[in-house]
Amino acid sequence: MMNSSSSTMPVATSPIAARSRTVPWIAAISIAVLAALPLVVYPIFLMKLMCFALFACAFNLMLGYTGLLSFGHAMFFGGSAYVCAYTAKVLGFTPELGVLAGTAFAAVLGLIAGLLAIRRQGIYFAMVTLALAQMFFFFCLQAKFTGGEDGLQAVPRRDLFGMIDMSRDEHLYYFVLGVFLFGFFVIYRTIHSPFGQVLKAVRENEQRAISLGYHANRYKLLAFVLSAALTGLAGSTKVLVFQLASLTDVAWQMSGEVVLMTLVGGMGTVFGPVVGAALIVTLENYLAGLGEWLLVIQGAIFVVAVSLFRQGLVGEIAATARRYTSKKLSV
Amino acid sequence: MIELLGISPQALFGQLFLGLINGAFYAILSLGLAVIFGLLNVINFTHGVQYMMGAFGAWMALEYLGIPFWGALVLSPILVGLVGMVFERTLLKRLYHLDHLYGLLLTFGLALIVEGLFRRQYGSSGLPYDNPLPGGANLGFMFLPYYRAFVVVVSLVVCLLTWFVVERTKLGSYLRAATERADLVQAFGVDVPRMVTLTYGFGAALAAFAGVLAAPVYQVSPTMGSNLIIVVFAVVVIGGMGSIMGAIVTGFGLGVVEGLTKVFYPEASSTVIFVVMAIVLMLKPAGLFGTAK
Repeated sequence: MMNSSSSTMPVATSPIAARSRTVPWIAAISIAVLAALPLVVYPIFLMKLMCFALFACAFNLMLGYTGLLSFGHAMFFGGSAYVCAYTAKVLGFTPELGVLAGTAFAAVLGLIAGLLAIRRQGIYFAMVTLALAQMFFFFCLQAKFTGGEDGLQAVPRRDLFGMIDMSRDEHLYYFVLGVFLFGFFVIYRTIHSPFGQVLKAVRENEQRAISLGYHANRYKLLAFVLSAALTGLAGSTKVLVFQLASLTDVAWQMSGEVVLMTLVGGMGTVFGPVVGAALIVTLENYLAGLGEWLLVIQGAIFVVAVSLFRQGLVGEIAATARRYTSKKLSV
Repeated sequence: MIELLGISPQALFGQLFLGLINGAFYAILSLGLAVIFGLLNVINFTHGVQYMMGAFGAWMALEYLGIPFWGALVLSPILVGLVGMVFERTLLKRLYHLDHLYGLLLTFGLALIVEGLFRRQYGSSGLPYDNPLPGGANLGFMFLPYYRAFVVVVSLVVCLLTWFVVERTKLGSYLRAATERADLVQAFGVDVPRMVTLTYGFGAALAAFAGVLAAPVYQVSPTMGSNLIIVVFAVVVIGGMGSIMGAIVTGFGLGVVEGLTKVFYPEASSTVIFVVMAIVLMLKPAGLFGTAK
């Protein structure tokens, strides 16, 4: 780690210095654009996009920054959706409490699944998470409170904090925007914190990180719980938007979809999952009428992405930009 | 004593036998996964789809060409194996130098494509396939359908044959050597890339073979593979991929466990294998037959 970073030092320093100046500006402009966007774009579509973008970002925390492929994130997404829908519909929770309950549930589920899954590395980790998620799927299929095949429909959008009317899409939009920005900020801070540095060290070389005295498993578990909780945040917010929690949210296809979003956008990049989610959700919206072709197209994107651009869109653009700047520096 | 529990021996042994059949499929599929993973370092997510293609191969052979079950049992695996080899040569081969995850993702993508195409063509509901060996014997305590007995016996033979070839023949010793150190084996003049392709083809053919066997027991449907492969992953986690015999024993054993659960606590029958996986992970993380690395 040390060697490689010090050798690229001359190249790396200037972008970092530049980044600390440009980041607040980019953030401010993006937020302004996001706040104004529902004036031109259908707000439900935007909210769906933000939920999936947050989902993909949370997933990326595992795959991109910890190097662990979880093939079971649907259990956190769908599980939190059920809890949020149930608390809102049956127990009469207000939206913020429902979202909190969903997030907390996902965190606890993440802790249990994580304790089991981190006992195996690499490819086994993917299989364990997939199997655990499938177990959770069957649980949801049989449990009474999930409504079985019907799911929980017509979940009411109660007033936020008991005051703000959430039944209007414009109001809900800003709530979802707030949730998304909060989640994104948490992930951004995590990645750039010392904790995030250790995660990256574990990703690059787990044995060496352990020999340096880091309890790699503890870091992996914490990252997993955080990722699960943020996935839960996205899943429960999605319920408020569509007023529906169903088996689709917990099925393995959902786990595959979030892998696809992250892969297409660029794993291990900050904005990659957002771009990937935007692309895939838009694609699905346009191709919704095609039925089974959608599965074929998703599969084809997987094959193309893995074969040709493994770094994803954002990753490839960043790599090209790096090549360009390093060429300029060397000339 | 069994009757005291309120369960008829007919139901108990019937479910046990169905469990053995499922176990046979688990064993064959996890065997193929283990052999492919050993040499290619790829978890073959396409395995479930190859199983499904095997079943569809049999169905199509009968429907369009009039080839009966026994012909399809030979033809379908060969065809699926060939398709698998083409896939290995054209796409999978490029990923061997990368992290294992990419192989998993590529095969996952391919599985989606194939399943999507089949679903578009044949819908999600099942297509019936006639039992080629109707009838059965009454053993007193249970009724034994001939075809199901045939499935269990032939699966066991195929599993043991595979074990014998890999563990006891010269060809198998090349395979095991290449699993350890492919570069050295290559240096001794063995064509490792060809061996890799053939191994992948063999694994795919095994899956298709299980699919053909499954066609008369279950309905032939495009989703039959994706549902099964996740359970097989759990089986692989439980058994560990280090030993062929381990895969066989784990596969059959878990099939029986699942069958028993169907009798005594049917609600848990779809989750019991995952529960076993969780318990094994807690007690022996490397798997029952795995070696801790």
